[in-house]
Amino acid sequence: MKISKDEVKYVAGLARISFDEDEIDKLQSELSAVLEYADALNKVDTEGVAPTEHILPIKNVFRKDEAKESLPLEEVFKNAPDTEAGGFKVPKVIE
Amino acid sequence: MSEIITKSVKELNKALSDGELSSSEITQAFVDKIKEDDDTYEVFLTKTLDEALNEAKAFDEKGQAPRTIVDGLPYVLKDNIVTKDIRTTAASKILDNFIPPYDASVYEDLNEDGAILLGKVNMDEFAMGSSTENSAYRKTKNPWDLTRVPGGSSGGSAAAVSAHLAPFALGSDTGGSIRQPAAYTGVVGVKPTYGLVSRYGLIAFASSLDQIGTFTNTVEDAALILSRIAKNDKKDSTSFSGTYPDFIKDLEAPLTGRTIAVVPAFEEGLQDEIRDSLKEAIDVYKDLGAEIVEVDFKLLEQALSAYYMIASAEASSNLARYDGVRYGVRAQDYDGLVDMYVKTRTEGFGPEVKRRIMLGTYALSSGYYDAFYKKAMQIRTLVVNEYDKIFKKADLLLTPTTATTAFKFGERSDPIEMYLSDLYTIPANISGIPALSMPAGLDKNGLPIGLQLSGPALSEGLLFNAAHAYEKVTGNEKLER
Amino acid sequence: MDYDIVIGMEIHAELATKSKIFCSCSTEFGAEENTHACPVCLGLPGVLPVINEKVVEYAARAGLALNCEIANFSKMDRKNYFYPDLPKAYQTSQFDLPICTGGTVEIDVDGETKPIGITRIHIEEDAGKLLHESADGTLVDTNRCGVPLIEIVTEPDITSAEEAKIFAEKIRNTLEYTGVSDCKMEEGSIRFDVNLSVKPKGSDTLGTRTEMKNLNSFRALERAIQYEARRQITELKKGHPIIQETRKWDDTKGVSSSLRSKEEAHDYRYFPEPDLVPIVLTDEQIQKFRDELPELPEQKRARYIKEYNLPEYDAGVLTSSKDTARFFEETVALIDKPKAVSNWLMVEIPPHLKEAEITINELPFEPKDLAELIAMIEDGTISGKIAKKVLTEMFKGEKAPKAIVEEKGWAQMSDASELEGIIEKIVEENPKSVADIASGNEKAYGFLTGQVMKATKGQANPKLANEIIRKKVKEKIG
Repeated sequence: MKISKDEVKYVAGLARISFDEDEIDKLQSELSAVLEYADALNKVDTEGVAPTEHILPIKNVFRKDEAKESLPLEEVFKNAPDTEAGGFKVPKVIE
Repeated sequence: MSEIITKSVKELNKALSDGELSSSEITQAFVDKIKEDDDTYEVFLTKTLDEALNEAKAFDEKGQAPRTIVDGLPYVLKDNIVTKDIRTTAASKILDNFIPPYDASVYEDLNEDGAILLGKVNMDEFAMGSSTENSAYRKTKNPWDLTRVPGGSSGGSAAAVSAHLAPFALGSDTGGSIRQPAAYTGVVGVKPTYGLVSRYGLIAFASSLDQIGTFTNTVEDAALILSRIAKNDKKDSTSFSGTYPDFIKDLEAPLTGRTIAVVPAFEEGLQDEIRDSLKEAIDVYKDLGAEIVEVDFKLLEQALSAYYMIASAEASSNLARYDGVRYGVRAQDYDGLVDMYVKTRTEGFGPEVKRRIMLGTYALSSGYYDAFYKKAMQIRTLVVNEYDKIFKKADLLLTPTTATTAFKFGERSDPIEMYLSDLYTIPANISGIPALSMPAGLDKNGLPIGLQLSGPALSEGLLFNAAHAYEKVTGNEKLER
Repeated sequence: MDYDIVIGMEIHAELATKSKIFCSCSTEFGAEENTHACPVCLGLPGVLPVINEKVVEYAARAGLALNCEIANFSKMDRKNYFYPDLPKAYQTSQFDLPICTGGTVEIDVDGETKPIGITRIHIEEDAGKLLHESADGTLVDTNRCGVPLIEIVTEPDITSAEEAKIFAEKIRNTLEYTGVSDCKMEEGSIRFDVNLSVKPKGSDTLGTRTEMKNLNSFRALERAIQYEARRQITELKKGHPIIQETRKWDDTKGVSSSLRSKEEAHDYRYFPEPDLVPIVLTDEQIQKFRDELPELPEQKRARYIKEYNLPEYDAGVLTSSKDTARFFEETVALIDKPKAVSNWLMVEIPPHLKEAEITINELPFEPKDLAELIAMIEDGTISGKIAKKVLTEMFKGEKAPKAIVEEKGWAQMSDASELEGIIEKIVEENPKSVADIASGNEKAYGFLTGQVMKATKGQANPKLANEIIRKKVKEKIG
């Protein structure tokens, strides 16, 4: 299994990370190597094997529907890179 | 002074109870040691030494005996465990300025128990790595040989306990991140059963594999501390909600009648001294009355492959939130929203994190989900079945923790070679079972060797029992420096 | 060539829980920006979700009300994409194992019943809100992040704007009735997405579809569909292909326009949410939800016709809103005059509501007041005409109907002896009218009645007055 350069670029786009051409070359070979190694997976017959949903047999963990205090505004914004008028500010979004 | 810092948690607790030592004396001893050695070992990312000394003073002023085993005693946390008002970075540049507005549940519990935080320690960025070389900040040294890595990803926690900068530490283990550095630095490292310790406030790497655990100098300390932090947490849906076993009750129980499984095939490719240690340990257990049975463990390599698929896939999603909008470091110059995302993430993440995000994004992207993620989850089921088979024949499984002792900085640059250093530890994460690494002598270079004991879910008590018995026979003294 | 329109809908409804789906922040509408936010819904590093039990219950109830199968086993999944209104950069939703599947809703179109298939209903979290009020950026409000939603997905069974509107109204009523959602359109707590395509009449091959998202009124829904169907047909007639895309409906301009896709490709990389555990409902639990389901609109309508003997039209109008139905039932419980109560609720009260810009829930009086008003008409204390004036006073919300009538002195004169005196005098004063009656001109009675009303300022009980006049005239004539 070999990953193409275009696939590397497509995946980088999905992940919102950019790479220069050298890095893409390097990633292409590294990811291909990992994927080749992962081919070991395909040697195992998993016909009819259920994928693990959860490692512990836990189900139905619920919270009561109770509204409680939220964070104070200064805590909400304490780590924010940019804010304005009570909102987190991002570059203009054109819809 | 040196007497204090080499004491176990249990001994320190006794000294406090008996009034032989004050919390201030104990805390001061570790603070002094940190001031003396942290520049050498490069363990801390954030120190809270003044606060620690104040807390110790407050403890002493109350004039009361410790309420819990950790009351009045200092410790360190891996920097992926969130601490309110104390910088928490997960060793990533993207969280360089992150001051959490809330506490991780384990930190809250330890605070209530009266434990005193000395600081936040180094790790591989977002816990991705096996050497702590992937930290964006420092290269933590193996205290046994400064040219070697302490292992990872919890390298800071391991080095802190090994170099006596703290009597105990918490770390996290996703594929061996507690056990492998524990083995490399000659301390006891425990990865509990998945769900035993709350993950609330543990910065997620791979949600279905991550588990918080302990670093200590003795097995008994591990049992005592795990007893404090293992509890159901309503904030963690995957937290174990049944009856929590007593980990200490059977610590001294005889091993006669116990069955310990070994996998002969695992001896292949091991460093000679590790193979010898394993054989010696088998003899020790035989002498202690345990029965040794040989079993097969298929799927070892497949478990590793499945692990990298599952861990990377979950990580690619868990790390998508670092987008420069609500917290973290945003890139300086950008042109529009998408560019802001891309520059922030490209500048903020290190190469290994990017590699895993890429692998995980690819594994989940349309057309590949069945071939990679789903397949890996099916393999996961098979690994669980494999363990079930083994634990029908034996109470515990004894294996090496790692195939080699600590390697040198920069020695492993190939990702796959690095990934292989987790070969023996990963299956326990894949199946959610508990496992610990215990010191088992030194190699010819004087580097620690670790052996791993694992057992069925919730068998921590038995693991501690067997490891404690081994520790009593072999002694800890050969690891003293 | 004629065309068939093929419509499938996705309806997002916010659930009426007090707290968010994964944390205990309030879901209340209209709070100051970012004041309903906590580490969990802000997606801070290290946080974990715990699902609100009411969300599961409400989703199951919605499913039962829409005749769906409720899954014994369902799970949550992550839908991954980057957007500033999505703090974790994934929406926790349900992918392959939703909580409800395979329902049907019957709608009445031109007197015929038509079934609309419900493909599935799944649980998910709402995203935040983007505010475009900053000069050089966009602001994010996270209050809505993590408000619980259900998404109802239909089969492509809808074939016109009218059907879509009827269907949407029916869904809204049902959700409102079951208490699952308050369905306040103006607060965006119910939103409609429309997938629409057209094909030559009778053809089996579906055309290329377009999607319009977040239509938040029935009018917008109806108009957007009419516009889009016309647009597609016009394009096809010109020989232009339909482009598969998301389109934005501009309700003010009455046009839709192409929207650039916000994620280059819709590669959401769904996978099971590892931080949440499966939702397992036993048959007993599902049966319990079913038993607890309130009476639904059509059941109520049938009951009104049977039990209260109401015309079908009245029953339909009264049950179209849960609150109107409640007011009706509470009033009828106090006064057994269903048709009269129905008339007041359907005819007299709505114009006042409209004028005051309030809903039936915000009426300044209660069912017992309406019952009192109707009782006064029934026992002849006031006339229907006066009653309307009393209602206007009741909308001021200060006094009960009896008190109003008393204070205003609007009660009819029903005291026979008092009236007799007045009438006797009038008969005495109008011998010409008596003579006219004696010679067979019955019209003169009208004149005398008018005189009585004038003398009593209209408060004489007309029936009683008439009886006395006839009695007195007959005495006179002998």
